[in-house]
Amino acid sequence: MSKHRNKLWYLVFVLPLFIIFATVVLIPFVIGIFYSFFEWDGFSANPMVYVGLDNYIELIDDGRFVNSAWLTLEFTILSLVLVNVLGLGFALLVTSAFKSANFARTMFFMPNLIGGLILGYIWQFIFSDGFRIIGDLTGNEEVFRNWLTDRDLAMYALVIVFSWQMAGYMMIIYIAGIQSIPGEVMEAAEIDGANYWQRLKNIVMPLLMPALTISLFLTLSFSFKIYDVNLSLTSGGPANSTELLAMHIYNEIFGYNNYGYGQAKAIIFFIVIAAITLVQVYMTKKREVEM
Amino acid sequence: MRLFKKYLKEILLVVGALVFLSPVYIMLVNSFKSRSELYENVLALPETLTFEHYIRAMDRMNFGLAFFNSLVITIISVVIIVILSSMTAWMLVRKDNTLSRIIFMTFIATMLIPFQTIMMPLIQFMDQIMSTTGLPMLNTRSGLIFMHVGFNASLAVFLYHGFIKSIPVSLEESAEIDGANKFTVFWKIIFPILKPITVTVIILNVIQIWNDYLLPSLVLTDQSLRTIPLATFYFFGEFTIQWNQAMAGLVLTIIPVVIFYVFAQKHIIRGIGEGAVK
Repeated sequence: MSKHRNKLWYLVFVLPLFIIFATVVLIPFVIGIFYSFFEWDGFSANPMVYVGLDNYIELIDDGRFVNSAWLTLEFTILSLVLVNVLGLGFALLVTSAFKSANFARTMFFMPNLIGGLILGYIWQFIFSDGFRIIGDLTGNEEVFRNWLTDRDLAMYALVIVFSWQMAGYMMIIYIAGIQSIPGEVMEAAEIDGANYWQRLKNIVMPLLMPALTISLFLTLSFSFKIYDVNLSLTSGGPANSTELLAMHIYNEIFGYNNYGYGQAKAIIFFIVIAAITLVQVYMTKKREVEM
Repeated sequence: MRLFKKYLKEILLVVGALVFLSPVYIMLVNSFKSRSELYENVLALPETLTFEHYIRAMDRMNFGLAFFNSLVITIISVVIIVILSSMTAWMLVRKDNTLSRIIFMTFIATMLIPFQTIMMPLIQFMDQIMSTTGLPMLNTRSGLIFMHVGFNASLAVFLYHGFIKSIPVSLEESAEIDGANKFTVFWKIIFPILKPITVTVIILNVIQIWNDYLLPSLVLTDQSLRTIPLATFYFFGEFTIQWNQAMAGLVLTIIPVVIFYVFAQKHIIRGIGEGAVK
């Protein structure tokens, strides 16, 4: 009786959430793999044609897809550097026992709370008409012109906006890392006559490695998946020069109505993201063991 | 000299933080300007304070309704996530058998899946459920809430799971000997202890769901159901851009976020840190 009742309680506690989760995540994921072997335009009246691995073979030679992958890589590398330099810089400043540290921390983190879509729109104004007007005003039209109509500058604009959004987030992780460094170690070094740069280089940085690993991988996976800022800032333009992978997949499926082909791209996208994340988990765990 | 250097550092940090937020300044000042004033100088303060653009933007975005939709969807989703995830995580920790481990691992493993990989089959599947059972999955607030719960369940279960593992079982056992059932034990004894991690789960999910654009854009088609990000998107798409009005609209969307930040700042920063490191 009691055993029976325990099983019932188990179901009462676990089943509701699991059913919702399975309906929304698990089943669609499996159906998604299935769709990727078909050719289909998304209209239920039209037939789904089984094409085996053709979708996957086709995307290797798909210029737009390959180009989008390269752009995503370029974006990711640039963001990786800028986000982490800013995040670490902010964290070091804020933890230097300033009176205004709390205020600064609050301000640096603020953009992260505003949704990516809205951030993109704010900056769309700044990088287009805002910059143009400043250019007219100051005469510095080399820098201050419409960035969003220039192929290279549009990409840099995207990197800047994304970094503006993420730097505060990474700052929080770096702050936690810095605060976990024992005060005695720093004091001892100071008494021994180590200056700020020596302490930074020989004590802070090595002890910050775990925080750095986490931040790097988080930035990596966030920037790989960027969509909202991409949509509101550049919509992939000019001339597809900022159409990053997440947007490319969306456009392939819902824009060009290539449901099966787009889904194959989405599966590849998943494999890449999963690989990045698993490497991160592996490295973080390994370091924990060593420490 | 030392003192001077100290103050200089303080001032530099404050100035640096303000420069960092200069886009917010640009958005704010231009939301009050006339067209000619805006094109004269985007950086200058407005000559007069007129709320004309705000009234127009509010009207065009149907801001009141969008705010209401965002609020209802966010609050109900988060409440359901907290209730169901904490219950599930507790049972998975306390009944530590193979089934529990498999379920837990499934939750964790799916955190690797990006939304773009699921979005199309998800909508197809919801459409099928709707046509076979008549359940209102698409184009309703409740359907969207259902999906928000599903997508955010993994992280919440993960966070609760980690926290519950550190709570000693002895507390619950004595209550159970006294004849209390599982439901009572959980809500009377366990749930209050979970408060710190519940705050973290609430913060992370509020931010995620409030700002989400892509999922609602796929699920909701009715104009009257639009959330704030959706209303913003259509506001920018439907009209030729008048920047002063656009900036006023953006300020409107940011006000609720700023209020939330002011009141829950400490919790937000701690919650974000915890959510990221785990």
